[in-house]
Parts: sequence; C-alpha cells; structure tokens
Amino acid sequence: MNARATLVELSQVSQVYWSGGRSFTAIQGVDLHLEEGEFVALLGPSGCGKSTLLRIITGLQTPTSGWVLYRGEPLRGVNPYATIVFQTFALFPWLTVLENVEVALKAKGVPAKLRTSRALDLLDRVGLDGFESAYPRELSGGMRQKVGFARAMAVEPELLCLDEPFSALDVLSAEALRGELLELWTGGNIPTKAILLVTHNIEEAVLLADRIVIMDKDPGRVITDVKVDYPQPRQRKDPRFLDLVDRVYMILAGHTQPEHLELGTAPGEPGRTRALPHISIDDLAGLVEHLDALPGNEADIYALARELHMSSDHLLQLIEAAEILGFATVAQGDITLTGLGETFAEASIPVRKEIFATRLRRVPIVRWLVGLLQAAERHQLRWDVVQKALELEFPAEEAERQLETVINWGRYAEILAYDDSSEIIYLEPGAARAAPL
Amino acid sequence: MTDRDFNHPIRLFRFVQPLLRPLSGADFVVLALMGVGLWAGVRLGQAVPEILQANEISLAPGVLPYYAVLSCGRMLAAYLLSLGFSLVYGTLAAKHRLAEKILLPLLDVLQSVPILSFLPVALLSFSAFLPLPVAVELAAIFLIFTSQAWNLTFAWYQSLRTLPRDLEEASTVFRFPAWLRFKSLELPFAAISLIWNSMMSWAGGWFFLMAAEMFSAGQRDFRLPGLGSYLQEAANQGSIPSLVWGLATMVGIIVLLDQLVWRPLLAWSEKFKLQLVESEYPLTSWFYDVLRGSFLVRALWQKTLLPVFAWLDQRLLTWFGPPGVRPAPETGRSWWRYLAAVVGVLLLGVGLWEVGRFLGRIPPGQWLALLEGLGATLVRVVAALVLAMAWTVPLGVLIGTNPRLAAVLQPLVQVVASIPATALFPVVLLFFLELPGGLNVAAIFLMLLGTQWYLLFNIIAGASAIPRDLHYTSILLRQSRWDRWRTLILPAIFPYVITGGITAGGGAWNASIVGEYVHFGGQSLTTTGIGAIIAQATAEGDYPLLLAATLVMILAVVSLNRLLWRRLYRLAEERYRLE
Repeated sequence: MNARATLVELSQVSQVYWSGGRSFTAIQGVDLHLEEGEFVALLGPSGCGKSTLLRIITGLQTPTSGWVLYRGEPLRGVNPYATIVFQTFALFPWLTVLENVEVALKAKGVPAKLRTSRALDLLDRVGLDGFESAYPRELSGGMRQKVGFARAMAVEPELLCLDEPFSALDVLSAEALRGELLELWTGGNIPTKAILLVTHNIEEAVLLADRIVIMDKDPGRVITDVKVDYPQPRQRKDPRFLDLVDRVYMILAGHTQPEHLELGTAPGEPGRTRALPHISIDDLAGLVEHLDALPGNEADIYALARELHMSSDHLLQLIEAAEILGFATVAQGDITLTGLGETFAEASIPVRKEIFATRLRRVPIVRWLVGLLQAAERHQLRWDVVQKALELEFPAEEAERQLETVINWGRYAEILAYDDSSEIIYLEPGAARAAPL
Repeated sequence: MTDRDFNHPIRLFRFVQPLLRPLSGADFVVLALMGVGLWAGVRLGQAVPEILQANEISLAPGVLPYYAVLSCGRMLAAYLLSLGFSLVYGTLAAKHRLAEKILLPLLDVLQSVPILSFLPVALLSFSAFLPLPVAVELAAIFLIFTSQAWNLTFAWYQSLRTLPRDLEEASTVFRFPAWLRFKSLELPFAAISLIWNSMMSWAGGWFFLMAAEMFSAGQRDFRLPGLGSYLQEAANQGSIPSLVWGLATMVGIIVLLDQLVWRPLLAWSEKFKLQLVESEYPLTSWFYDVLRGSFLVRALWQKTLLPVFAWLDQRLLTWFGPPGVRPAPETGRSWWRYLAAVVGVLLLGVGLWEVGRFLGRIPPGQWLALLEGLGATLVRVVAALVLAMAWTVPLGVLIGTNPRLAAVLQPLVQVVASIPATALFPVVLLFFLELPGGLNVAAIFLMLLGTQWYLLFNIIAGASAIPRDLHYTSILLRQSRWDRWRTLILPAIFPYVITGGITAGGGAWNASIVGEYVHFGGQSLTTTGIGAIIAQATAEGDYPLLLAATLVMILAVVSLNRLLWRRLYRLAEERYRLE
C-alpha cells in the first residue's frame, strides 16, 4: 500500500466566505491524501463542505488557504487529470446522447474521425447502445447518469470524482448503477487510477469504498478515516458490512453531551450558536413514537434507518433534534428514548405541545428570539430585522433557514406567530406574559 | 458490459443517408418556393426604375418590391449589427466585474434615450468622414440599430448570468475551449430568449423605419428609397391608394417573415428548452416541417453546408484558445488601469464642461417649456397605459384562460400586433384631425397602438399560467365573478402586467417623438409635449435644445423606472409569483 504513488494531497485546506463583513468557515484545516488504486468515499451530513472539498480537488475552486498538490505539483486552475460525474447529471439538453459524449472528446482535442467511434464504444460499455441519437430528456434518470459516466470516462481521467452521483436516482436504478460502476473499477477496464465519491449515504460508502473519510459540520472538517478492508463483492446482509455501517453511524451520531454543551450558546453570547436541524415536527414525533413502540425504547441507529427506509442524512438530523429537545440520548451508535420522550410519545396533542414548548424555551436560539420579542414594542419584529441579527452568527442563507426552523417549531409550540404577508414575527399572547427566562 | 467492437463499423454506417429516395411532398413545396423566389427576383430586377434619384420617392406601386428589398436590407444590416454588438457588450458585462459596473447602468440609460435623438448625432458624425449618401445610409441603419440592440443585449447578458451551475461546471471540468463553450453552452442556453428578443427587435425596427428613411435635420432634407419613405411620402401627399399599397406590402412582408423565419426558428428552438421533460404543446411551424421533411434540403445541407460548418467549427476551435486554464484572479491593480481611469475621468470632465456650455445657450423660457412639455407627455403616457390596460386585461384573460379561443385568436392577434403603429398612423390621423382633440388625442392613440401589444401578450401569458386546479377551486367555492377576479386572476396576472407595463411605458415615451409632431398632407402639425420639442429641434437643427430635451426625457424615464416600476416589479416578484 505504502509503495503506491500519492495522487492528491491536501494539507491544512480551509475555505472561508465573507458576508456582511463577517467571515464564515466552510472548511477548516483539512488534510487528505489519495493514493493510486484507492476508492475513497467522502462522507458527512449536508453542509459539511464535502462538495466544496471536491471542487477544490478538481480545481473548480481555489481554497482560501492551504496546499493542494496533484502528483506532488501545486494545482493551478482546473485539474486536467480529474473529472466529475455530477449529481444533476449536467448533460446538455440540446445535444444527443452521442454528442454529449463527443463534446468531451472534442474539448480534449480528439480528431473528428476518432470521436464518433470512441464515443460509441463508451456508450456501448455502459449499455446505452441504441440510444445514441436520443436526447437526454427522453431517458430515465439512471440512463442519464450512465451518459454522465460515459462522458467522464471519455476523457480517461486519472482521478474520477463522483459528486453524489446516485442520490437523484430511484432506489433500483441507483443500485444497478453502483454495481456497474464497481464492475468497471474492479475489472480494470478503465484507465482511472483513483475514485473519490462524495456521498451522505452511509451504506453506499461502505458498499463501494476502500476507505471512508468522515466529515462533520460547523465548521466542515475531517473527523476520522475508516478503512473498509474486506474484499468486493460486498453483501448488504454480511455481518462485516453491518458492523461497519454501525460503526460509521456511531461516529456520525456521536454521543449526547451534557445539556449545556448540547444546546450551545445564544446568538451574541460567546461560544458557538447551535444550529437547529431543519426537520419537520411531524417527522420527529413519528421517530419518537416508533422508538416508544420498541422493546426497551432503544434501537441501533443503522437498523433504524433500514426499518424506516430513511436516508441516513435525514435520520441523523431527526436524532439531532431529539437530542436537543431532550427526547432521546445517543451513545455507542444506539439511541434510547428518555423518560420525557416516552411521555411525549404517549401524550395527547395539547400535552405534547406543552412539553414541546417547555423544552423549546430552553434552546438558546429560541430563548434569544423570545427575549428580543419581549423587549420589542408590541412584542413584534420584522423578519428581516431578526435575520440581520442572525447573520452575525450564520451565513445569510443559513440564517434564513435557521429562522424558518425556529418559527416553524415556535408555531407548533404556540410560542411564536408569524404573518407572512406583513413578514412580522409575533409573540403569542400567552408567551408574552410569561416571565423572562 | 461486454465487448462488442465488431458492431461499430455497421452502426457508423447507419448515419449515412440512403442516396436514392422518392421526392416527398415537402420537396415539392421547397421547389415551388425556390421557383417563386427566382421569379420574384427577376420581376424585381425589371421593376427597378431606370434612373433612381435618391431624393425622389416614387409613389408608383410597381417600385414597392424594390423599396421593400432595400428596407429589408437595411433592417437586416442593422439587426446583424445589433446581434454582434449584443454578443460583445453582453459578454463583457457578464464576465468582467469592473466592466459590469459601468456597462449595465450605461445600457439602462441607453435604452431610455429617445431613439430619434440619436439621428442627427449619428448623421453629423458619419458625414464628417464619409461621403453624404453613404453617411445617410449608415445613419438610417444606425437609427434602426438603436431600436433593436438594447433588449437583445439584455437578453444575452441575462442568459450568461443565469447559466445553470452544473452545466457551467461541466464545461469547466471538461476544459472546453472558448469557442466550444460558446457554441455548446452559452449560445444554446440563450437561443430561445435571443429568438424572442430578435422578433421584438424587428418589430421595433419596423416602428422606426419611416423616421429612419426620411427626415430633415436643419435645412437639409434626407430621403432614402425604401418602404418607410414610401409610406411617409404617401402621407405627405395625402394619397390614400398609395398608403394602402404601402401598408399592404409591409403587412405582407411581416407575415412572410413570421411564417418563413420566426415560426420555423421557434419550432427549431424547442430543443433548447432546459427542462428535461418533453413539452406537452410544442410550437409547430409548417415551413419548418417542410424543411425537415425535404430530401433536397437535407441533401443540400449534408453535401455542402455541413462540411463547411464542420471545417469552420474546427478552425474556430483551434483559433479561440487552447483548453482554458483560468488565470489566477488578479489581486493588485496595475498602473495602466489607474492611468486609464485618470484619462477617462479627465475626458468625462471636459465633456461635461462642454455639455454645460452648450446647455447654457438655452434661454430660461425654453426650460419652462421643456418642463411643460414633459408634463403633457407624461399625462399622455399615463393615459395610453390606462387605456391599454382597460381593454387588454379583460381580453388577455379571456384568451389566456380559454385554450380553444386562444388557438383561433392568437395568430390573428400576432399579425395585427406586428403592423408597426407608425405605418398606421397616417390613416389614424385622417380620422382624428377631424375631431376636436386633434393631434393632442391622436398622439395618445399612437402610443396606444405602439404599446398595447406588450401588455396583451404578457397578460395572455400570465392568464394561461394560472393552474387549472386554482380555477376549479374557485368554481367549487362558488366565488362570484368579482371575487374570482379579486382573489385569483388579478393577483396572478399582476407580475405580468408589470413586466408588460415597463416595456410599454418605455415604448410610449419613444412614440411621443413620432406622434406629437407630424408632417401630413404637406403641412407640419404639432402639439405640446417633450416629444414634439425633440422632433422640432431635430427638424430645425436646434442642437442645444435637442440635447436638453433628450436629457430631460432620459432623466424622466430612468427615474420613473427606478422609483416606480422597479418597486412594483419587486413587489410582484415577491408576493404574486405563482410557482
């Protein structure tokens, strides 16, 4: 292993954005290396900057600081040895399937005579013969992505970057395409020396990759590296597979921390403001009810994802919300309902709302907003005023989403009200009278 | 994924057309069209008057085809100029941050400059270094250009700024050379918007054709043989038969262009739609189907044009840049930039000083007259907009919500709408000059004629975008007619009314120059208005007044856009957009 040449080397790579005079760190101090012959998955929750990292490695984006080396040379501009298969396929809708592949060859300077035969050969290999003259809009999602793969392989990249290539496909097409990708890769039929897969799907990463680089958000950073050292073909029912999936869930779900750490601080106070996961209350209630019905009120997180047919990303966000609200705790990859969670699951709607409201008032960002509203004239504030204040803590887009989530939760708890036409946030009369916390 | 290499030669061969095939019906249409074209060419050659005096506009109907060709030639030259200008200007504005800061506001101002004010400026500067006949011809083309270029430029700029991110990244990752990027990404993405805007540009060109082909500046009278000058001469002489002949020719050409150029282009451009779903009602064009179905056309295309294009494509690919490695963004500004900035500021200062001196020659009384004229024209513009809305809103909603009616009325409305108002104006004048309001009211009518269509088409589009389920809900709720309008239809079409209103408003100001000061039946008629002042100043060669009036109108239009329309537009975008 160690004798193999290093293709990509990143050291202390950071990406910082400025907005409104404040800086936000999207990626912090990432070290990463990729060797010849490796299939590496970059795994993490949405917003952890894994797609940004992929853009940095391909040279689409220049990092704010740090080194990006390709075969020992600093990378300048777009990396000519790398290519990307996009989540959205990125096919030109006005070109036929054949032309979409040919255009990549044309850009590479392949003479006109060779282009067509090479493109046909590639389409053949991904099983698209007969569809050369079709337009992308005539194809199913899975077939479109096959064109994406054929186009990427047309330029014979050393490094093939896959940006969540299966997440826009239906379950069956995605599974079929994963198999075909593995066949190409393990069969050694393509000149590709390494593959980098960006994904938020834990099973996909374990199924395909030799090594999983796990990232976390706030700020985006690499937290650990997991080797998957058992050979292909891997089966989803294999105990070794399940064991690894469990381990990765354990790492990503973390441990529930003591409450003051779990909740973070309010905006404006020193310390990091905890961002709320963007989930709907109904989904959360569903999860809590499901756990309540299980023996011992606990479950293995990876098993939960399978039972609920849920993407790992969404499930982890729901779990995060349950932890923040004190409905569940997480340890060693297992989730356990708390007593409060149990009460919530079995309560009537009005009682649920009461429990929810009591817990919500302890969340710093909510406490902060309620405090602002109580101090404001007629207990009301304009949306944009609150958002501007939040933009001191979060980038503009995230600030807007945070406020949306807070208002959503606050409405359910009947603490907050919001009038969309005047864009004004109110305190519900009951909440206004309550003593400041 | 098995190896099936042996298949390839066969499959490659399939792309070649079978050479012998019976001629289809479409081929006969193509042949017939070619025959008619040849005949028309010969007839045209015979019809050209033996001696053409530039200053004499003949009213004989026989010269009309010749005049029409001349006018179309001018329009085409101006259009090609506009297209070239748009591609360069729009690209600069979209790709260079610094350039964008200057070019965009400049474009905003340019398009609010009353078009006819460009004319003396263009003519004077062209005649400074060119023989007069050439200068006059160029000035006319330039004037038409100013009525065609701005919306195209905006369309191109907008397209470049809204390129889908994934396609742009794909082009970069696959290292498209500049030409390939332009050909495979930028141009196809902009195609639909460019075609629609080209149609608008041609309509704008027809509108100002009369003014461009026949005008007087100071003591001098300039005439270019063409359809526009024919119509204007007919109006001057008060000859109704000639007016009818001229109008009929113009309408004929417009319909022909629509059927043979624009509809086929639109049908062809369906493939540039971005959404990855087949559209339910694709645009169709009989002529496009004929061209596609014709074996002759395809053979011609494959044997002659295609190889030429392929060769050209290859050349351009190598000329315009090797696979682009983007240079690192410049951080420090080099000294020459400072120098350019200093020189620019100096030149601007000198220019402003000159402008100030020039404007200083205007007596205070005329400034007052200018303001009075501005007020009068503003009232007319508002009146024209209100009148236009009064009839376009009900009709537009009726057509837009009723597909069967739309199928019948839409083509008809399109043809009627494409007749330039200026060509109809003399006929309208005949009627209005008998009425008490005279030119005062006729000018409003001209504005109305020129601008109502923008509103109508936008409202039709808005009304047809209302989802069917909302209609059904409204019916199920047993809403009264008024309630349905108040809660569903008016909010839904509001953004479209605003979009149409912005264009219509701009057009109305421009129309004031043509409408408030006219030559008719051998005499000049005028009414109070800033358009009249501009037209009169042009005719009398009073350049300080022309400059002042133009600046006042630009200021008025730009501030109306900024203060009123833009706010309404934002309101419409945020509150009433149906997704």
